[in-house]
Amino acid sequence: MKALVVEDLVVRYGDFEAVRGASFGVEAGEVFGLLGPNGAGKTSIMRVLTTLLKPAGGRAWILGHEVGAEPATARRLIGYVPQALSADGSLTGRENAMLFARLHGVARQDRGRRVDQMLELMDIAAAADRLVRSYSGGMVRRLEIACALLNRPRLLLLDEPTIGLDPVARRAVWRHLAEMRAETGLTMLVTTHLMEEAEEQCQRVAVMSAGEIRAEGSPVELRAALGAGGGTLEDVFVSLTADAQARGGEFHDIGRTRRTARRLG
Amino acid sequence: MVEAIPALTARQVAVSYIGTVVAMAQAEIHKAGRERSVLVARAAQPLLWLLVFGSAVSRVRELGTEEVPYKAFLVPGVLAQSVLFVAIFSGMAIIWERDLGITQRVLVAPAFRSAVILGKAASAAMRAVIQVAVVLAVVAVLRIPLEWSVLGVVGSLIAVLLGATMLSALSMVIASMVRSREQFMGLGQLVTLPLLFASNALYSVEIMPGWLQVVARFNPLTYLVEMLRQLLVGVGPDRLLLDAAVLIGGIVVTVAIASRTFPRRVL
Repeated sequence: MKALVVEDLVVRYGDFEAVRGASFGVEAGEVFGLLGPNGAGKTSIMRVLTTLLKPAGGRAWILGHEVGAEPATARRLIGYVPQALSADGSLTGRENAMLFARLHGVARQDRGRRVDQMLELMDIAAAADRLVRSYSGGMVRRLEIACALLNRPRLLLLDEPTIGLDPVARRAVWRHLAEMRAETGLTMLVTTHLMEEAEEQCQRVAVMSAGEIRAEGSPVELRAALGAGGGTLEDVFVSLTADAQARGGEFHDIGRTRRTARRLG
Repeated sequence: MVEAIPALTARQVAVSYIGTVVAMAQAEIHKAGRERSVLVARAAQPLLWLLVFGSAVSRVRELGTEEVPYKAFLVPGVLAQSVLFVAIFSGMAIIWERDLGITQRVLVAPAFRSAVILGKAASAAMRAVIQVAVVLAVVAVLRIPLEWSVLGVVGSLIAVLLGATMLSALSMVIASMVRSREQFMGLGQLVTLPLLFASNALYSVEIMPGWLQVVARFNPLTYLVEMLRQLLVGVGPDRLLLDAAVLIGGIVVTVAIASRTFPRRVL
C-alpha cells in the first residue's frame, strides 16, 4: 500500500507557478527523497501535504485519505519537521515536547512516558531540562524530530532536516533517524539538496526542478539512466536541473534558508 | 484501500479543545515565570499614569467625575489602560514565532486553531492579571480611597482576564494582517490611543461630545472600565453582567476572526 500519493499537484503564489503538475508515490516503510535546487517547489509540496497551503490543482492522499478533503485526518497521520528551526528557545526541551504531546492529543497517562521515550531515542534526554536556546543546532533538530514523533505518525515529513548542520551533527541526525526507523519502520519523505545524503539515506528519490518532477527512481536507477561514465547522483541532479539554475531560489527562499542556517550557527 | 481512522467523539473533541487551550497557556506561563522581574517592572507605567498624570489632572474641574476623588476614579481607567497596552502588543510574539517557524508547526498539529488562539490570548491575559494585581497592591499601600472588598478585587481580576483575552485576540488579528514587526508597531499604536481616548478610562463619557459618546459605546474598553469602576470604586452604571457579556462576546468574535486570518500569513 502506498503511504503517500501525489497527483498532478499545482501550487501558485499569485502569478508564480511554484509546482506545475507534480506526481509521485511513496511506498509504506520507504524513505523517499525529494531533491531539487532552491526554488524547485519542494517546500511548496510539503506545505500542501501539511495542510498549510491549498493547491491550485491536483490532489494528494496520505494512507488513502485525501489531504484537501480531510485535513484534520491528514494532520493526525503526519509528523512534520519544517525547514526553519521551530523549537521554542525560551522553553526547555521537555516543555517543548510536552506542548506538542498535548497539541497532538497524547493522552495524559501516556504523555510523560512517551516524551521521555522520544527524548531518549533522539539522545537529548540529558539536556531535556535545559532551555532550548542553549542547544546546538543538531540538538534542536533532534528535539524537533522527537516532537514530530510524539503522536506516532504514519508518515514523517522532513523539510531539509540537516540544513545548516556541520557534518558531525548531520550524521548524528541521520543515525538517530535510522535507529528510530529500525524500531518503527516509519515512512519518511525528506527534501534535500545534498546528493550524498539522498544517496545514502533514501531508497527512492524524485528530482524536482522548476516545479516539475524530472526523474523518479532509486539512486542506482537514476545513475544508470544517465548512461555511460558512471556519474554520481550529483551529476544526475545537475544534468536534470541545469536549466532551472538561473531561475532557482527566489530571494525570499534564500533569505529563509540563510536565516535557518544562521540560527543553527 | 483506505485505512479507517476513527472519528473523534464529542467528548474527545471537548478534551482536545480544552487541552490545547491549557497547553498553549501553560507554555506561555513557563516563559513568563522566567521573567518575573519584567512582570513587576511593567507595573511601573500604570503607576506613573496614576501618580503623575492623575495628580496633575485631578486639579481640573468638569471631568464629570466629581462623585469620587479623581485618583480613585482614575484607578480603574489606568488598570484598563495597562491591560490594553500589554494585550495589544502581545501579538508581537506571534510575528516573532511566525518568522521563526514555531507557528507553522503548531498549525500542523491536529489541534483546533481557535483553541490555539484562545490559549495564547488567555496566557497574555494572565500576564495582564499579574500586572493589575501588582498595581492594586501599590494602590492599597498609597491609600487611594477605593471601595475595597474581596468580591471587588476578585471580580476585577476576572474582568481583567476577560478584557485582556479579548484585546490579545484582537492583537493577533492585527498581527495576521501585517508582514513585519514595524508595521505591527505602527498599527498597534494606531489602535491603542483611539481606544483609550474614546473610552471612559480617563474621564467620564458624559463630558464627551455626542459623536464621541457613540464611539465610546462601541468601544470594548469602555465596558472593561465600567466593570472595574463598579467593582473597585462603586460608581457608574451597575450592569456588571451586561459588561461581562460584551467582553465575552468580544472574545468570541475576535478569536473567530483571528483563527481565520492567523494561518494565512504563515507561509
